[in-house]
Amino acid sequence: MLEVSSLNKVYRSGAREVEALRDLTFTVDSGELVCLVGPSGCGKTTLLRCIAGLLEPSGGKVRLDGREVSGPPPGLAMVFQEYGRSLFPWMSVRDNVELPLKQKKITRHRRATLVEQALDAVGLAGTESAYPWQLSGGMQQRVAIARAVAYEPSTLLMDEPFAAVDAQTRADLEDLVRALWQRLEVTVLFITHDIDEAVYLGQRVLMLSSSPTVVQDEITVDLPAARDQLHTRADPRFTELRTHVYEQIQAAKLQPGGANASS
Amino acid sequence: MTRGAGLLGVAGLAGLLVLVEALPRLGLVNDDYLPPTSRIAAALGDELVTGEFWRAVGDTLTGWAIGLLIAVAAGVVVGILIGAVPVLRAATASTIEFLRPIPSVALIPLAVLLYGTDLGSTLLLVVYAAFWQVLVQVLYGVADVDPIADETARSFRFGPWARVRHVLWPTALPYVFTGVRLAASVALVLAVTAELVIGAPGLGKSIAVAQTSGAVPLMYALIAVTGLLGVGINLAARMFERRSLAWHQSVRGEVPA
Ligand SMILES: Nc1ncnc2c1ncn2[C@@H]1O[C@H](COP(=O)(O)OP(=O)(O)O)[C@@H](O)[C@H]1O
Ligand SMILES: [Mg+2]
Repeated sequence: MLEVSSLNKVYRSGAREVEALRDLTFTVDSGELVCLVGPSGCGKTTLLRCIAGLLEPSGGKVRLDGREVSGPPPGLAMVFQEYGRSLFPWMSVRDNVELPLKQKKITRHRRATLVEQALDAVGLAGTESAYPWQLSGGMQQRVAIARAVAYEPSTLLMDEPFAAVDAQTRADLEDLVRALWQRLEVTVLFITHDIDEAVYLGQRVLMLSSSPTVVQDEITVDLPAARDQLHTRADPRFTELRTHVYEQIQAAKLQPGGANASS
Repeated sequence: MTRGAGLLGVAGLAGLLVLVEALPRLGLVNDDYLPPTSRIAAALGDELVTGEFWRAVGDTLTGWAIGLLIAVAAGVVVGILIGAVPVLRAATASTIEFLRPIPSVALIPLAVLLYGTDLGSTLLLVVYAAFWQVLVQVLYGVADVDPIADETARSFRFGPWARVRHVLWPTALPYVFTGVRLAASVALVLAVTAELVIGAPGLGKSIAVAQTSGAVPLMYALIAVTGLLGVGINLAARMFERRSLAWHQSVRGEVPA
């Protein structure tokens, strides 16, 4: 279980201060898939970096499975927004996926199995010896996902992973994430600025306000667990939910005190 | 296009050789100071069959290679250490900026004091000059580490050593190669300088001896040999660089989607 309580983050560089996160409190249960939407620049990446133990919060706490996060916690994997820069260009696809497993001291035999399964699961079997820069953006993102999946994390953080891929690839990758989540029983916190994507993917959707950032609202997505691009998106309930999320985000922008959403 | 440039280069070189042949023969320069190409070539031919010549080449290359090796090893280790520890970087920046511009030849008196005319003198000068070339490039390389790549490694709980080995080192490697290539050229210059000025054994000393004994064509021949060594070293370094960094060249050419 992931617990975020009263999280606050202020970036300080010299005299300049940016309050990226005002006061965030929410929980994600084990095995849950929660989507977090918010406008660009509202601190979504900052939040994930705090959860992943890459960044020290200015206030508040993050607890993962009962333990307070004070450095990258074991059993957590993160898929970065800048997938191209997150893969190592000097390594083949296989080595990229395998390296974290080596650091985790997993035996060679088991590593080979995990790498193969993960690449298979994301539909990249056969590209093992290619280099990341020889692949398209969508395929690179799949490699990054395979790397996280092969790691067998209990918690998976994904930071706007599909923001830079084309619509068709995006739909495929969305279904891939849901399929992996259902199969691996992993806790997923998925960040996006796309309201439709959040409603389509999540069991719950948390809405962040624009800066100063707080949790504006949350909804439970009561759509059937079996989702597909065609029928789910045409479901009247889907439309209702996305409208609700959209209204909440608009309201957050109009509220006095909340600055206008930048971007 | 490279083929055309190569042909032009050969034509230019041939032109130079013809010019050096013609100038003294036409009486435009005194052939005591600049003998024609043919006489220089003849002197070179005679020299190539002497054991003394090859010993001098061997001495020069030994000083060059050992000095370069020490400089590269020290430059890489110090560079990574300074680059990976931000406190060290801040603490050493001004010292480096002070020491780096000191010309290596200014250390000749010190070298003579410490090592006389031994190999040590050559090494001191070579190492000092080559070290900075490598160090500065390694520092550039370390600064080029992509913060996202490093955060990725941290998020997968890589230890400090694994981060150096798998993120910092591959990023810095192209810079290290550049540093080694620059250092290799500078090291040769300093090796010959040390031999010439201090009299440590090697081609530089042979040039000085040829000059004092009035063997002017031989002096030119030996100078040409040092030039050829320089060209050879540069070509070898570039070839090695290109082979080892196939991924890097390609990355540069590609715009990630
Ligand atoms: N390292 C940093 N130093 C200073 N300000 C930062 C830094 N990283 C992000 N910010 C600022 O914090 C705010 C939130 O950024 P970010 O978390 O990247 O937002 P999002 O991911 O939602 O687009 C922005 O105003 C951004 O300019
Ligand atoms: Mg972001």
